Amino acid sequence: MQASFKQPDELGYYGEFGGAYIPEMLYPNVEELRENYLKIINSESFQKEYKSLLTDYAGRPTPLYFASQLSEKYNTNVYLKREDLCHTGAHKINNTIGQILVAERLGKRRIIAETGAGQHGVATATVCALKGLECIVYMGEKDIERQAPNVARMKMLGAEVRPATSGSKTLKDATNEAIRDWINHPENTFYIIGSVVGPHPYPDMVARFQSVISEEIKWQLKEKTGKELPEAVIACVGGGSNAAGTFYHFVDEPSVAIIAVEAGGCGVNSGKSAATTQLGTPGILHGSKSYVMQTADGQVVEPHSISAGLDYPGIGPMHANLFATGRGKFLNATDAQALEAAFLLAELEGIIPALESAHALAALNQIKFGENDNIVICLSGRGDKDMETYMREMARPK
Amino acid sequence: MNRLDKLFQQKQKNILNIYCTAGYPHLDSTLHIMKALQESGAAIIELGIPYSDPLADGETIQNSSSIALKNGMTIKKLFEQLNDFRNEVSIPVVLMGYLNPILQYGFENFCADAAKIGIDGLILPDLPAHEFENEYRSILEKYHLSFIFLVTPETSEERVRKLDTLSSGFLYAVSSSSTTGNEKDFGAVVKYLQKLQSYHLKNPVLVGFGIKDKQTFSDACCYANGAIIGSAFIKAIGKTEFVAEAAQLFVESIIN
Repeated sequence: MQASFKQPDELGYYGEFGGAYIPEMLYPNVEELRENYLKIINSESFQKEYKSLLTDYAGRPTPLYFASQLSEKYNTNVYLKREDLCHTGAHKINNTIGQILVAERLGKRRIIAETGAGQHGVATATVCALKGLECIVYMGEKDIERQAPNVARMKMLGAEVRPATSGSKTLKDATNEAIRDWINHPENTFYIIGSVVGPHPYPDMVARFQSVISEEIKWQLKEKTGKELPEAVIACVGGGSNAAGTFYHFVDEPSVAIIAVEAGGCGVNSGKSAATTQLGTPGILHGSKSYVMQTADGQVVEPHSISAGLDYPGIGPMHANLFATGRGKFLNATDAQALEAAFLLAELEGIIPALESAHALAALNQIKFGENDNIVICLSGRGDKDMETYMREMARPK
Repeated sequence: MNRLDKLFQQKQKNILNIYCTAGYPHLDSTLHIMKALQESGAAIIELGIPYSDPLADGETIQNSSSIALKNGMTIKKLFEQLNDFRNEVSIPVVLMGYLNPILQYGFENFCADAAKIGIDGLILPDLPAHEFENEYRSILEKYHLSFIFLVTPETSEERVRKLDTLSSGFLYAVSSSSTTGNEKDFGAVVKYLQKLQSYHLKNPVLVGFGIKDKQTFSDACCYANGAIIGSAFIKAIGKTEFVAEAAQLFVESIIN
């Protein structure tokens, strides 16, 4: 058994997954970051500014809410970690605040990012506005059409949104374009990756910034129940940043069940799914070794999920290791199951979740927990961005 | 001794390496193009294995990759097409590709099959030096395949020397830190190539990225052993039905 599930080794490997599979053109940038990120993050000035921004700007700590109606329905104790109450509406801001402070300390003035649904793009545009830095967000041409409100938010925040027109014109291609931009602007540009993916040290850096989620869960749960360890933590996984944050301080506690929920799409075997651990095989995507949805010839395939944030053909290497070692239990929820869970939460608790987070809630229908168990589910984002999908669902003849 | 080493033993100047994407513009174009390249005087052929997510390539080569994939090109198909190519093509041929499709094929199987049909070397831009040393170098050596690393103007002297030590065949100098096909000021490139010359590296140096015509080719050849042309060649053969003729005309326009 390995020493820790939460941190990679020196070369960025979680078990056999991770590493930095990048062309030489990116080597100086990635190496500069690798050499400096821990020094920067652990410095007193960074910690002071990071914590103060998380508190006064992002609105942390976010509440750990005991969902009494949900608990009654499932006959267990369900706690919701309310990342949906963060500034910009999701956990993404925890990471972009951290990375913009790293970029600033490395002297970079030009920020690039990729985005799928636009949540990470908005969170990046937000911190760039805050710091007065140039911001360019790559977004698939198809996603730009589908996510007009978030495109408008980014523009209002002063970012330039550039369409990715290659391949399938979605998140995977936006990530390719962002990496190409970085190759072409090696000196002054910092790439703020939105999830625990990419070459080392990104997965580790992003996981550290998101780990504030489980750090808070520990003391909040202790305040409420007297125990700092829940029986299980549950989060949705696309690339897996909210899951990495939710699991971080619990993965090395064997008594805590780690439950990840992937997007089943129209069903794992339907040909329209984003359940990477179920459908993928070990491969390399966007600079790290992990599970990848691909053809037998090694061409990356397009996933499908009702939630743009989970619509990714890979998964962070930390999660790949949790899956491969059996430390994490990987479930999946279909589009329909996620919608059902979203409407249930709205009805029972008065909270409209993001479609991504609704996948995590759907786990309650798949696992029977004990009456006295404490179960923490990460409610990673709020549902405003998904109202169009919810409206279509309400209009659908039943 | 493989064909790359033999070539550089006989010729150190004005080496023209032409890149083309396998399966572009048509599934069965590749062998015709290779023959035309040899006949018109190219010294090395770099054959690209198409990939869905080619991070180090610019728009032109990306597009050629997507078309090649739509045409049905795979590694297996390519090896079938090239099974007897050594009866007709004698100049060195290197394969350029991304690691993922090769891992799915099986790295050792890939090397064994490539060597069997007469491939001379590999360029895999996303295979890091560290993994190369630990896992892959011995396999390449077993099959007598050269492995060519890339260096850029941002690569430190120490690292250039290390990558030179690990490389065989030649060293691929990216002329500007950019994805393929972008143009940048050649003055800065000259400085960088002079710097590489001053290191007296063990491998010949070929300049890639941004070389597109007779002028840029001969400029690059003043400071290196030769150059690699990719995007401009892909553009030239994409415009016409007469692919082999276009390939020949293109090479002649560079070296005559």
